[in-house]
Amino acid sequence: MKKFLNNPDAYVAESLAGLAAAHPTLTVVTDAAEGGATFVRRTARTRPGKVALVSGGGSGHEPLHGGFVGVGMLDAACPGEVFTSPVPGQMLAAVRAVDSGAGVVFVVKNYTGDVLNFQMAAELAVEEAGIAVETVLVDDDVAVQDSTWTAGRRGTGATVLVEKIAGALAERGAEMAAVADMGRRVNARSRSFAVALTACTTPANGKPGFLLPEDEMEVGVGIHGEPGRRRAKLASAREVAKLALDAILAEPVFAGAQAGAQAGAQAGTGADGGDVIVMVNGLGATPLSELYILFHEVSRLLAGRGVTIARSLVGNYVTSLDMAGASFTLCQVDDEMLELWDAPVNTPALRWGL
Amino acid sequence: MNAGDSGEGGNRVDTLDIETTRAWILATAAAVDSHRDVLTELDAAIGDADHGANMHRGFTAVAAAVGGDYAPETVGQLLGKVGMTLISSVGGASGPLYGSAFRAAGRQLATPEADGDQFALALRAALDAVRALGAAAAGDKTMVDALMPAVTTFDEAVTSGAGLRAAARAAATAADAGARATTPLQARKGRASYLGERSIGHQDPGATSTALIFAALADTLDGTLGRMP
Repeated sequence: MKKFLNNPDAYVAESLAGLAAAHPTLTVVTDAAEGGATFVRRTARTRPGKVALVSGGGSGHEPLHGGFVGVGMLDAACPGEVFTSPVPGQMLAAVRAVDSGAGVVFVVKNYTGDVLNFQMAAELAVEEAGIAVETVLVDDDVAVQDSTWTAGRRGTGATVLVEKIAGALAERGAEMAAVADMGRRVNARSRSFAVALTACTTPANGKPGFLLPEDEMEVGVGIHGEPGRRRAKLASAREVAKLALDAILAEPVFAGAQAGAQAGAQAGTGADGGDVIVMVNGLGATPLSELYILFHEVSRLLAGRGVTIARSLVGNYVTSLDMAGASFTLCQVDDEMLELWDAPVNTPALRWGL
Repeated sequence: MNAGDSGEGGNRVDTLDIETTRAWILATAAAVDSHRDVLTELDAAIGDADHGANMHRGFTAVAAAVGGDYAPETVGQLLGKVGMTLISSVGGASGPLYGSAFRAAGRQLATPEADGDQFALALRAALDAVRALGAAAAGDKTMVDALMPAVTTFDEAVTSGAGLRAAARAAATAADAGARATTPLQARKGRASYLGERSIGHQDPGATSTALIFAALADTLDGTLGRMP
């Protein structure tokens, strides 16, 4: 293992200390009253009447989630150990700290651990703090099929879109139910798929989670270093982009986008109804130049199918430590969602419109 | 003195009092410590390689919470403390699942000592809590595959007249067999389920840690009660 480390056991704590030192708009709280529960919050208090957004999950996905705390996105984030969900006490402490009286919306990625710990936290928030909580579950990863036989689709890249768009709506003063509904709408219209070239190494384990020969790739990986659905021969960027988009666009949610585009083309009215936000996301160790090579392929493929890229995001947003690889996320947007996407945001990882 | 005591009532000593319960929990913590790497490697194969570290963190906190000066009034209070400590320190799915299991068991044991019948009810409550929270069924390749046979076996042993110690040994054997039997299964719950058929051929880490807990119980009762002539 080669990492910039002092002590593997202090990996998360020291990284959070750096986050706070680098970004004065954020504060890392260690709540003694909640048994040392740790969370990241905006330094500024929540505006009275504003619904608070709280997310969290295992560490190792930075900038997710701490890097998305700030105006226009999250009010607080609860980081667990590396790839381990946070514990309920962290969420309870965060809820108490950021609730302004308007309630709290949890954004939870669909992993058994995250779901169970946030569920217990939501119950505690009501029972012990009298604070109402609504939960938005993110499950966008099409690599996990057939939810009858699995824990269901994983939450991955769409989390960024949910936090941005629902966060913008909360900033406008919408009520808790509306903010949660918007989050669910974004999730329902988003799908993702990821391919890895290497495994990642957790500081606790010290060696890669799996070994991948030079000429092979893992198809359908998640963001926790677990192996993917299958292993395949390494393919070109063009083929990898096609593989991912084929999997995503085969989802019923995008049938309308493509059909609408075709109908628009036939009627001579131009492509319509197929507007998407596209995110090509690095998993941690893939250079931005390679992500742009992939985005180029994505843009050509979508143009060929009559799907219009309304907005795009290329970079490292939901990572898996030092895994080399990329994930692709498409979200079929409407005008309201696009307007909220464009709304001002000021976080360490996303910043525009200010 | 000892011989006289046990001679008066052989069944009477076959109970789980607060000190034996504490010894069981500390023995579990020691077993988790010595199996940390094993659990991590099992989890690396089909999960995310954190089960060893998480359980170790949890049971280290548990050992600190219930060891030494901690003086509960009932067995249930001690188990409840174990549960709350696991919920607030483990994370992952294991924290809420094991935490809820210990808490549910504890709610059934509001006495300073428990006999086999009481403990059977407590184990049943633990299993129900895990199944309610995790929604896993037998054969899904989860901790339920070790917990369910252990609970059923304990129940049957007690019903057929076995004492706590013998029932615990039978349950430990069943839990271990159940954990081993997860190897050929395809995971249908938890993170391993994302692997589909590739989860086949690996023993489930959660079932393995469950087997450790039952082995620690049987060993503790053997050690404590086994010394009685």
